[in-house]
Amino acid sequence: MNPEIGQYALVLALALAILQTVLPIWGARVGDAALMRTGPALAIGFFGFVALSFAVLTAAYVQSDFSVLNVVENSHSLKPMLYKITGVWGNHEGSMLLWVLVLAIFGALVAVFGSNLPASLKANVLGVQGSIGVAFLLFILLTSNPFTRVVPPPAEGQDLNPILQDIGLAIHPPLLYLGYVGFSVTFAFAVAALLDGRIDAAWARWVRPWALAAWAFLTVGIAMGSYWAYYELGWGGWWFWDPVENASLMPWFAGTALIHSAVVMEKRDALKVWTILLAILAFSLSLLGTFLVRSGVLTSVHAFATDPSRGVFILCILIFFIGGSLALYAFRAPMLRQGGIFAPISREGALVLNNLLLTAAAAAVLIGTLFPLALEAWNGAKITVGPPYFNLTVGALMLPVVFAMPFGPLLAWKRGDLAGAAQRLMLAFGAGIVIAAICLYAQGGGPALAPLGMGLAAFIVLGAVVDIAERAGIGRVPAASAIARLKGLPRAAWGAAIAHAGVGICLFGIIAETSWNAERITGVKLGESFTVGGYELTLARVEPRNGPNYRDLAGIFTIRRGGVEIGTVESSKRVFLARNMPTTEAGIRTFWFSQLYVSLGDELPGGGIGVRAYWKPLVTLIWLGSVVMALGGVLSLSDRRLRVGAPKPAKKPKVVPTPAPVAAE
Amino acid sequence: MSLWIAITLMTGAAILAVLWPLRVRRGASAEPAGNEVASEPALADLAVYRDQLAEIERDRASGLIGAAEGEAARTEVARRILRASAEAEGAVGAGGNADRRRRVAAVAGLVGIPLIAGSLYIALGSPGYGPQPLAARLEARPEQSDIAILIRKVESHLEANPQDGRGYEIIAPIYARIGRLDDAARAWSNAIRLLGSTPQRQTGLGEALIAQAGGVVTTDAKAAFAAALAADPKDPKARYFLGLAAEQDGQPQQAAAIWSQLAADTPADAPWLGLVQQALARVGAPVPAPAAGPSAAEVAAAGDLSPEQRQQMVRGMVDRLSARLAQNGDDLDGWLRLMRAWTVLGEADKAKAAVSDARTHFARDDGALGRIDALARELGLGS
Repeated sequence: MNPEIGQYALVLALALAILQTVLPIWGARVGDAALMRTGPALAIGFFGFVALSFAVLTAAYVQSDFSVLNVVENSHSLKPMLYKITGVWGNHEGSMLLWVLVLAIFGALVAVFGSNLPASLKANVLGVQGSIGVAFLLFILLTSNPFTRVVPPPAEGQDLNPILQDIGLAIHPPLLYLGYVGFSVTFAFAVAALLDGRIDAAWARWVRPWALAAWAFLTVGIAMGSYWAYYELGWGGWWFWDPVENASLMPWFAGTALIHSAVVMEKRDALKVWTILLAILAFSLSLLGTFLVRSGVLTSVHAFATDPSRGVFILCILIFFIGGSLALYAFRAPMLRQGGIFAPISREGALVLNNLLLTAAAAAVLIGTLFPLALEAWNGAKITVGPPYFNLTVGALMLPVVFAMPFGPLLAWKRGDLAGAAQRLMLAFGAGIVIAAICLYAQGGGPALAPLGMGLAAFIVLGAVVDIAERAGIGRVPAASAIARLKGLPRAAWGAAIAHAGVGICLFGIIAETSWNAERITGVKLGESFTVGGYELTLARVEPRNGPNYRDLAGIFTIRRGGVEIGTVESSKRVFLARNMPTTEAGIRTFWFSQLYVSLGDELPGGGIGVRAYWKPLVTLIWLGSVVMALGGVLSLSDRRLRVGAPKPAKKPKVVPTPAPVAAE
Repeated sequence: MSLWIAITLMTGAAILAVLWPLRVRRGASAEPAGNEVASEPALADLAVYRDQLAEIERDRASGLIGAAEGEAARTEVARRILRASAEAEGAVGAGGNADRRRRVAAVAGLVGIPLIAGSLYIALGSPGYGPQPLAARLEARPEQSDIAILIRKVESHLEANPQDGRGYEIIAPIYARIGRLDDAARAWSNAIRLLGSTPQRQTGLGEALIAQAGGVVTTDAKAAFAAALAADPKDPKARYFLGLAAEQDGQPQQAAAIWSQLAADTPADAPWLGLVQQALARVGAPVPAPAAGPSAAEVAAAGDLSPEQRQQMVRGMVDRLSARLAQNGDDLDGWLRLMRAWTVLGEADKAKAAVSDARTHFARDDGALGRIDALARELGLGS
């Protein structure tokens, strides 16, 4: 396909986004139905042209069209097809285009599935989405045009950064962007509500599916990024408190707080001002993350293209959206009517506690990430805020959150009975203590807090089971009716319990990996052995191999446990030919939920080869737990109650225009 | 052409996205536009609240919440319903000026979209530049291929036939010209390894190595020039760069000696003479007068002659050149020198004869013919 079509589609998308910003909001201000109706049409058109543009760029990658500068700089004709496609967003320009594509997808979804929304709210939401589209398209077209052409075209490209030539690039960025940009919808809802001056319980119900979807995507996106870093970077670490990771963690904390406070708002018409603020903050932190990654302020794995002029542009976008929305908030919030009241010990109270601690955690991460930058800008001093700071602050804030988590769902709305809830949790608590005792006995000395952590994790998982059992009335009503009630439970209740259990599963992995992880760094010659975590590894052979665009030097180790051979594990040093750049391909063997991790080092002067080997107990639970959390979110999203609420068209056919019951059942 | 059709269609579709929702609806036109909308938010709220009531009822029926709790929740939702109903009734339509607004929006779509998209595209796009998928470029006939693709083809040929020295010899100077110096040096080395050493290959290698080193005559480059000189002691390129090496080694006298000798051996019309003279001036050595192909002794002798005698001597030299070429006409540079010499001596007929002889000799060599014709034009000899 002609790259010029992609370029033109992109400028047309900008023109549509400008109109999408102006016409629907104008229509909502003056109450003009026709103008408001342009919102959905423009949003769908915007999506169409951005998608076309993205497709054209992808085609240029697939066909190795080296007249496009972006393809020259990031592709290679011999690269496997998968990496030709993922290479589209494995660079600055393409990833920004993906960002806008995801924005357009969400805009089109609001246009199509938002038929149950009041027209003025929908028009304002689409208008705000349009304005975000304008800002980012201008950024792309003026500073990072992916369709810049080269004359004459070279015959070969410069290949993609080898670290990115991995299946992880196909999964992590799209999921992460679906999360980041998903919060643009909740942001748009918040700003639209502030523009309208109408914020009520119904608003929370309309926002919740979007917040849940964004949160679920962000959760999986972060987890996949963590797993990718774990196996690709070859250090065996799964979280580095890298500023870019922090940038994704902050909106996650804010988003987690948002989905919880939105429940309070929906059920009790309370915490409205706070929920709106969280919706603004979640997207603001997403934007901040984009700014940190794209501006070149930070150097990290993710900063594949950095340029100060881009940084200034994104900073302006940041100031406009965050500053603008917060100013609007400051102006409108005092006029909002407060809703239901509640006692401190109640479901609402528990959710407020959760909200406060989560936002405090987001603030702690924000300070730790930005403080070194601010200090450097201030007096040039370079300091690093490292894992100890983050582990201490975030850990201290998360501990009460996860401990209180099983109590929350057991408390009643308005006025709760803490003693009663504690009594019902006795079983889970007892089981937690038993687990802790077993761990203490099994480890026989070692980190004293680890068994307590394992006990806490067990308490959380069982607490989620207790929650469901209590709702079904198991033990209080006859078995048959308990099963019937179990089936009748709303999916949102199941979703919440499963997501909470996911937190516990994740905690199992984190505690076990950090407390009982075994590491061995050594040099081995052919036939030599060493042990790590009770496994004996022998370097069986070293073989060179050729890939399509790389060469491997693979080391194959046989694994023995108790003298019995139980398999092999293979790690390699990989050199990519086009950039002559080495990477490490870690060898990983999974035993149940634990992993043996082997990473080949450099060849040693006296013959032999350097090896890092790790035994990581229960490490996979970290990511499995995150996936369980996200599944809980998806289950909650599928609850039919989130999809009803459309005005019944049969009753007042003339009053309600375009009754498209797409979203209703 | 198809690009313009695509652009027109896309623009049309974009404009339609604005105009379609603005069209006047027959059925709805009786209803004042403002009223239906202003009341709708409250109605949408009502739907949500009714749904919440139903949910409470369901929970109570299945025993999830007690009767008292259910009653309290119902009261709360009922209060919200009352408030929303009041809003729905109190809503006032905005109306007014709807037609004018539609017209403004339609104009914004019809004019704004082409204007914004068009002006940005003019600034950013390259409409005349079609797609260049690699497969199509590789399939194109050689005379339509761009240089990058031709190089790539030679490269893939060499990958398959790594023993083809001719291939390396062809591609080496091209690499050097487009600045791929590492590749140029490697290709020259391969050509030498496979085809044997010649002065031309050795000096090519030496030049590539110097360019790679940013103008420094490295040891490897020096070795290459020495090898060239061993095969042909007169090779001007090798001598020039060996002089440069001496200069860079801090031996200007030696450099001056090499260059003086070179300048003395260089015909007056040699393109590199200026370079040698500059180099000599740089090391502060006397710049000898340009020689028209005679030996240094002849030049020295010419200084003592009268103008007529000198003319005679030059004529003698040109005659010797002419005779040599008549016997063996493979020396293109010789022919060119002869053409130039006859012209300088005012013998236009002989010069033209030299042109036609040269053309006959090189009738099957387009490159040589081109150079002959170019020089003939330059000298005003017709073609």
